[in-house]
Amino acid sequence: MEHIEKNKFQWIGPDPENREGISRPSTTFLRDAMGRFAKNKIAIVCAAMIILMILGSIIIPFFSPFEGREQHYSHTNAGVWTACEQLKDADGNPELHHHVFGTDTLGRDLFTRVWEGGRVSLFIAFAAVFINFIVGIIYGGISGYFGGTLDNIMMRVVEVINGIPYLIIIVLLMMILPPGLWTIVIAYAVTGWTGMARLVRGQIISLKEQEFVIAAKAMGGSAGRIIARHLIPNTLSVVIVNVTLAIPSAIFTEAWLSYLGLGVPVPLSSWGTLAQAGQTAFQTYPLQLVVPAAAICITMLSFNLLGDGLRDAFDPKLRK
Amino acid sequence: MFKYILKRLAYTVVTVFVLVTLTFFMMQLLPGDPFTGEKKIPDAVMASMKAKYGLDKPVYQQYILYVGNVLHGDLGVSLDDNRSVTDKLLTTFPVSADLGIRALCFAVVVGILLGILAAVKRGTFWDSLCMFIALLGVSVPSFIVAALLQYFLGLKLYQWTGVKLFAITGWKGMNSKILPVIAMGFGTIATVSRLMRTSMLDVLGSDYIKTAKAKGLSQAKIIWKHGVRNAILPVVTILGPTTAGVLTGGFVVESIFSIPGMGKSFVTGIQQVNYTMIMGTTIFYGTFLILCNLVVDLVYGLIDPRVKLAGGSK
Repeated sequence: MEHIEKNKFQWIGPDPENREGISRPSTTFLRDAMGRFAKNKIAIVCAAMIILMILGSIIIPFFSPFEGREQHYSHTNAGVWTACEQLKDADGNPELHHHVFGTDTLGRDLFTRVWEGGRVSLFIAFAAVFINFIVGIIYGGISGYFGGTLDNIMMRVVEVINGIPYLIIIVLLMMILPPGLWTIVIAYAVTGWTGMARLVRGQIISLKEQEFVIAAKAMGGSAGRIIARHLIPNTLSVVIVNVTLAIPSAIFTEAWLSYLGLGVPVPLSSWGTLAQAGQTAFQTYPLQLVVPAAAICITMLSFNLLGDGLRDAFDPKLRK
Repeated sequence: MFKYILKRLAYTVVTVFVLVTLTFFMMQLLPGDPFTGEKKIPDAVMASMKAKYGLDKPVYQQYILYVGNVLHGDLGVSLDDNRSVTDKLLTTFPVSADLGIRALCFAVVVGILLGILAAVKRGTFWDSLCMFIALLGVSVPSFIVAALLQYFLGLKLYQWTGVKLFAITGWKGMNSKILPVIAMGFGTIATVSRLMRTSMLDVLGSDYIKTAKAKGLSQAKIIWKHGVRNAILPVVTILGPTTAGVLTGGFVVESIFSIPGMGKSFVTGIQQVNYTMIMGTTIFYGTFLILCNLVVDLVYGLIDPRVKLAGGSK
């Protein structure tokens, strides 16, 4: 043991003034979670990536010199960064543009099409997950709060729906509904809400016995008000994580359906239909599959990592 | 235990019944009927054809007839070649089952090994590598994996080395089976390895592992005998849904690799709007997956007695 000189220590005395003081600023749960989230570099990069994808899908098709449906027959299956002088400016002189990712078999600009496909794919994913979110929260909230026979019946229904493989139901729905953007959204939402409902129910059951709910009841809050104002906000952190992780699965489902030929109808194109079209020309022109496939993978990867990051931020206990 | 089994069985029966009913009525909602085509069929012929297939009866009678037929294993006649759907399914199912079992074994074994490696070497390069592979697995759809495998391992490798290691299409001989199995199992590796890692970390942090260490057991013995045996339980629970995932993934993978399985015939059925084929495959596939879930639930009830106490609900 090393000997330490006694004169290195000194008596600083009691500090009655600040004894009860709080040394750190108080934070709320959300601020605390956001602080943890901001330290997670991977999650931040993913969030930026997602924002980039969303903004790109919205903005880039407006600024691209080409249109998604425009065909350049002299430039079919072109490679990366092919010069194209077919577009004329206002005076009728040829303008030099580039096909950034080349063109497909019909000579359509792949760069523009990928971003336009992003609009469709991301729209479907967000809309489907949003519907799941709303339905799941209401269903799970009611089932969890009231409990008893109602809960029993509602959960049996969920169990039966869950038992049937969802992709099969989606395929059936896609066949009977008229083809369109909303069809995929509805088909996905019909089966997708059960997971959210179970999650919310579980959370609410564990929350509803707590004192703040009793207080709200004692003050005469109605069931609807207690669920909407007191219980749901407390489940949100778990739900947000679940929503983030549900989006890649919706993107996957959309791509999978396009692959079976049940995707969005023809004038529209999504990442799934682009990948499916690219598949046929893949062995000679790999680029036509690689570009939409990369878009799908990057988006799914970003959402997955963001979901993991959010979960760590909201519930540090779970971090492994 | 008996009550638990009974409850599970009841759910299974109800679920299968709902599936059959749903399939039937959804197909009823489809516009048109199977005989209206480009050729004009005389009314008398049309009427007799409808009578032959029972389509002239009211819907509820058709439904009762259909349910009865399904219970007898008769799924109707395929509209494209007039062969019985049950026969067709029985010839294609063994191929799909072969592929599915291989993919499942591959995915579960590799997934568990990756999960163990990541948990034991926690925080090192190996951990990050395993988790990166797992992330790719959940983020890259199986058809993209399939296409990339076909291109690089099937086509390019052959061009570069001149040795045909992997066949790109078909289902004959060992070398045609490797790529589809990898493509189908890749996503599952991810789920299994992530779950295995989490549960392994839980187990490795528990007191009896400390005891085992204190006893002076070797690292290998601690990991395999005390760790893995306990950590593997949660993986068993997801085997039901995982089987479903692997098999439905087979739809697309089978078409890409032109494997003559059930998935491929389902996809062609969809493209040709072959009603009876779609209905038959849906019911068969669905029932099969529901039964898989039942088996997994029952096995889990056997392995983990706590499940019964919780009333069988997870």
